[in-house]
Amino acid sequence: MAELSTAPGTPLVRLAGVGKRFGAVVALRSVDLDVHAGEIVALVGDNGAGKSTLLKIIAGVHPPSHGEILLDGEPVRMATPSDARAHGIEVVYQDLALADNQPVYMNLFLGRELVSGPLRRLDRARMAAETAELLKELDIRIPSPRVPIRALSGGQRQGVAIARATHWGERLILMDEPTAALGVQETARVEDTILRMKERGKAILIVSHSLDQVFRLADRICVLRRGEQVGVRETAQTDGDEIVAMITGLR
Amino acid sequence: MSTAPSTGQAPRREADPPGSVLARVRRVDPRQYVVYVAFLLILAFFAVTLHDDGFLTSDNLLNIARQTAPVTVMAVGMVFVLSAGEIDLSVGSIVALAALVTAIVLRDVGLVPAVAAGLGVGAAVGLVNGLFVTLLRLPSFLVTLATMGLVAGLARWTTDLEAVAVVNDTFASVFGSGDVGPIPSLVVWTIAIVALGHVVYRHRRFGAHVLAVGDNAQAARVTGIDVNRVRLAVLVISGTAAGLAGLLYVGRIQAASYTLGANDLLIVIAAVVIGGTRLFGGAGSVVGALVGSLIMGMLTNGLILMGLDSNQQMVAQGVLLLIAISLTLREPKGA
Ligand SMILES: Nc1ncnc2c1ncn2[C@@H]1O[C@H](COP(=O)(O)OP(=O)(O)OP(=O)(O)O)[C@@H](O)[C@H]1O
Ligand SMILES: [Mg+2]
Repeated sequence: MAELSTAPGTPLVRLAGVGKRFGAVVALRSVDLDVHAGEIVALVGDNGAGKSTLLKIIAGVHPPSHGEILLDGEPVRMATPSDARAHGIEVVYQDLALADNQPVYMNLFLGRELVSGPLRRLDRARMAAETAELLKELDIRIPSPRVPIRALSGGQRQGVAIARATHWGERLILMDEPTAALGVQETARVEDTILRMKERGKAILIVSHSLDQVFRLADRICVLRRGEQVGVRETAQTDGDEIVAMITGLR
Repeated sequence: MSTAPSTGQAPRREADPPGSVLARVRRVDPRQYVVYVAFLLILAFFAVTLHDDGFLTSDNLLNIARQTAPVTVMAVGMVFVLSAGEIDLSVGSIVALAALVTAIVLRDVGLVPAVAAGLGVGAAVGLVNGLFVTLLRLPSFLVTLATMGLVAGLARWTTDLEAVAVVNDTFASVFGSGDVGPIPSLVVWTIAIVALGHVVYRHRRFGAHVLAVGDNAQAARVTGIDVNRVRLAVLVISGTAAGLAGLLYVGRIQAASYTLGANDLLIVIAAVVIGGTRLFGGAGSVVGALVGSLIMGMLTNGLILMGLDSNQQMVAQGVLLLIAISLTLREPKGA
């Protein structure tokens, strides 16, 4: 199935036996998971189950201790976050990963700042303008793209992090509890954005503690428990009770 | 601005209204301007109280500008270091070693090797600092505390505490007593280094990366910024700037001794912090550091003219420093 990289059935990303050890701590044992273009896969499990660790492996933050990552059927090595970014993979981190004292536009373009002219001068005006446009498109309301992140509310910060990921994530967007800090309306808006990304053919892997949200968004659900992959279910063919039982290990 | 051929993407808009002067003025954080107000107030104070002692004569003002040149150059380097969330305590010691090495090479070899040696000493110490910080993941505070002592020891050792005289008119002219037209060469050095520092800090991607690393190293790393390269770079910049400061001292005094730069560390950090650079990284200003350095220079000069002896000067400087820091560093309530 994976030998023809252009075959429609080839997943955008395939994890094959991916695991991670931190010294003596086994954070993740062995995960096998496919995510296709235009698909939303949810990652659920209790605190410390290894969800963030899995996302960070795909994002190039942690190298896997064992296992393989395949993009379009090709094995890839994600040694640094830059490698993942070059493959069109973006992340909304649980701990946000924003630079508080820098303006919003700089956070959106961090590591990929726009420059102009032969002297490659930073083009702050254009970064600010493009940021304003992007946030407007996503209906994320902030006073100005030039205010520093610390002047924003938790929800607005989350909005900036999501805007950054959706702007740069060509193929795969990883989201670690993207609505944890949000109110009802903001959550609905973010879910809307996620569904629009799916329509545009992007693959999305989302960590969430809200089963309601998982059932609203996901095509499939992958359950982790204490670093162990318990199973993957089609959303249409499972229910909350089964997922809760898989998460807790109780029947 | 409508054509930007060097970047892949076409601009979607003309320079937008938020970039206008009015919008810029409104966006200003008043605390960033305390340093300029303080500068004017201190200038006015000395101008009035020391009127009869000639504080406001152009000779005296030029003298202040010339005397602050080495500190300003170091302060520019320190803006980068502090902005990246690091610190460099070794700058004062580098001044002494770079000065002595320059003077010896100038005496025994020649002008160009002497300049290269002085700058090279600074860059090399900065590189050692940076390698310990990045490869061994040690705090720069401890690494540069150690090299501060180590380099000071080397400086004393090179000549066994002897001073080295410099008799080279070209060197003295370029790095000290000369003029470019009506402007003293030390002032030219100050302007050049501040301008260069400002452009790199505000208008280059490197400057943005320095600020991001100092603000949130984790965030910088996940966006693909090479955090260790930035940390190494700022310490090399600071070391090299201290080396240049050593050259400027030698040029002005026409001699080198292990005591050069001995009292500069505190003044440099004070100048930078008063100038609006956060001690903990993520924000700063090169131009602010220049003004901070001029304030420190004015204070020293004014206090001498007031007839304070060096002990009294230290006390007065400490008091004024506390006042200045309280005004500029106070974090806003609730932040
Ligand atoms: N950098 C690290 N060093 C050592 N151990 C780590 C590291 N990161 C994670 N771990 C450990 O790996 C395990 C899984 O952590 P992870 O952050 O992936 O959990 P999670 O499923 O995201 O939990 P939560 O729902 O609380 O966010 C935990 O036991 C954690 O302590
Ligand atoms: Mg987590």
